[in-house]
Amino acid sequence: MAAASPEIERLISLLSKLPGLGPRSARRAALALLKRREQLLTPLALALADAAEKVRSCSVCGSPDTQDPCSVCSDRSRDATLVCVVEEAGGLWAMERGASYRGRYHVLGGLLSALDGVGPDSLRIGELVSRVGAGEVREVILALPATVDGQTTAHYLAERLAASGVSVTSLARGVPVGGELDWLDDGTIAQALRARRPA
Amino acid sequence: MRAALTRLTLTDFRSYARGELALTGGAVFLFGPNGAGKTNLLEAVSFLAPGRGLRGAAATEVGRREPGEGEGEGRPWAVAAVLSDADGETRVGTGAEPDTARRRVRIEGEPVPPGRLSDLVRLVWLTPQQDRLFLEGGSERRRFLDRLVFADQPRHAAAVSAYEKAIRERTRLLTDGPNDPEWLNALEAQAAEAGAVLATARHKTLTALQAEIDARSERPFPQAGLSLSEDWHSEGSGERLREALARGRARDAAAGRALSGPHRTDLLVNLREKDRPAAEGSTGEQKALVLNLVLAQAARLARDPEAPAPILLLDEVAAHLDPARRAALFDEITALGLQTFLTGTDRSLFEGLFGRGQGVRVEGGALEPENG
Repeated sequence: MAAASPEIERLISLLSKLPGLGPRSARRAALALLKRREQLLTPLALALADAAEKVRSCSVCGSPDTQDPCSVCSDRSRDATLVCVVEEAGGLWAMERGASYRGRYHVLGGLLSALDGVGPDSLRIGELVSRVGAGEVREVILALPATVDGQTTAHYLAERLAASGVSVTSLARGVPVGGELDWLDDGTIAQALRARRPA
Repeated sequence: MRAALTRLTLTDFRSYARGELALTGGAVFLFGPNGAGKTNLLEAVSFLAPGRGLRGAAATEVGRREPGEGEGEGRPWAVAAVLSDADGETRVGTGAEPDTARRRVRIEGEPVPPGRLSDLVRLVWLTPQQDRLFLEGGSERRRFLDRLVFADQPRHAAAVSAYEKAIRERTRLLTDGPNDPEWLNALEAQAAEAGAVLATARHKTLTALQAEIDARSERPFPQAGLSLSEDWHSEGSGERLREALARGRARDAAAGRALSGPHRTDLLVNLREKDRPAAEGSTGEQKALVLNLVLAQAARLARDPEAPAPILLLDEVAAHLDPARRAALFDEITALGLQTFLTGTDRSLFEGLFGRGQGVRVEGGALEPENG
């Protein structure tokens, strides 16, 4: 195959670094962009430049926003005594979609993983501990994935925060809303049973 | 009817450019010369369950290659099947492109995660490699045990992988640092929780399997006495495991691996009638012992109304049995009514199945079903 021009190759190679895109799908994406220059390529380039210029990590919670502190951290109507810990901003957005949480967040930026070389120092754990140590926070809610890395991180955070005296909770796991018991796996049923509460 | 494959289509799988087989359920005996592709067909069936099939092969290794083509030059391959049971037919397919390590699975044309296959197909297999089960190290027997447990309790695989992941993480931390006690505590808590779950699952399957073996005393097969070399399953074992891991940090750091825990548990098998370890039995006794164990597992799974009936894959089993045991094997699989794939070089080995099973000649990458 004749090589594409270096500009196109560079576009493809950068696109292929995005999550969910491999070399093949990056080529397709690049082709789609080049074919639709006016509708996609130019607006995307502008949006990328705009985001690169304006979006920063919030110095309090670590979520990406154009203002610092971010819109959640600077919203005075939100409960500053509640902090919900999420792995990435995606977790924050999911919680916000739910619209039932009125506290604040802390974005860790990943999960502990010795095999991937991600230790406490590579995550925003020190920031969380000092944030909690500052005194205003009463409860830390751990909203981390139910995977080995997620639960290890949750366990680690609970231990690190134990000295501070705040209450550390984690999201319940069990029967999903609208879920049929029949379709649940045994592990989820066992969890749900352990987490039962007065009806 | 019992869950059985009624159609099997292989595309560029191992030695098959294309292979198609219509099946009636019940016993299928595959015969043909060495290297004809009999085991490949069993392996294709084994890819209809989650995991790496009966040869433990990666999805990238099984695509057909022309002579002279090297590893990694395999073609995209597919195994498709129609699974029939009392409720009707389900189309199942799996395969992989050469450049993606992950194999794809489709049920009724919809892409699904491979784990979903365990809702449809359960497999029990016996291969010549397992003949050496009692002579080899504990890891082979542990894998064998975990496969028995997995067929019985599909969730076992998740506990095993969670446990192994937490142990690997802990080992990395112990060997490469940082020495962070809270991080280690967190990993050991995860390992202990998953470890207790997996050990309990092993114990549960083994107890049930032992009861089944005990109930099968009238058959001409040696009976196994099964036990586990360590108890990580009884009350409080999660806490015990957590403590053992915490105590063993310095030792494990020096060894570069975790020296205690259910990943070290061995499956102990005794020849019941001689009350001696299975390894001390004759080769023939050992083969028959494992076969009886596998049949007990199949019989037990077959009674579970909640799960699909198991499909048996018995590779090169018939040739090593004396005529009485071979007849007993054929009677048993006929009585169980389970779909069973058997292989052997010689058609006459399967004489006891003539009229009761379906014969397929395998030669030169082609499948020729016998008439009637």
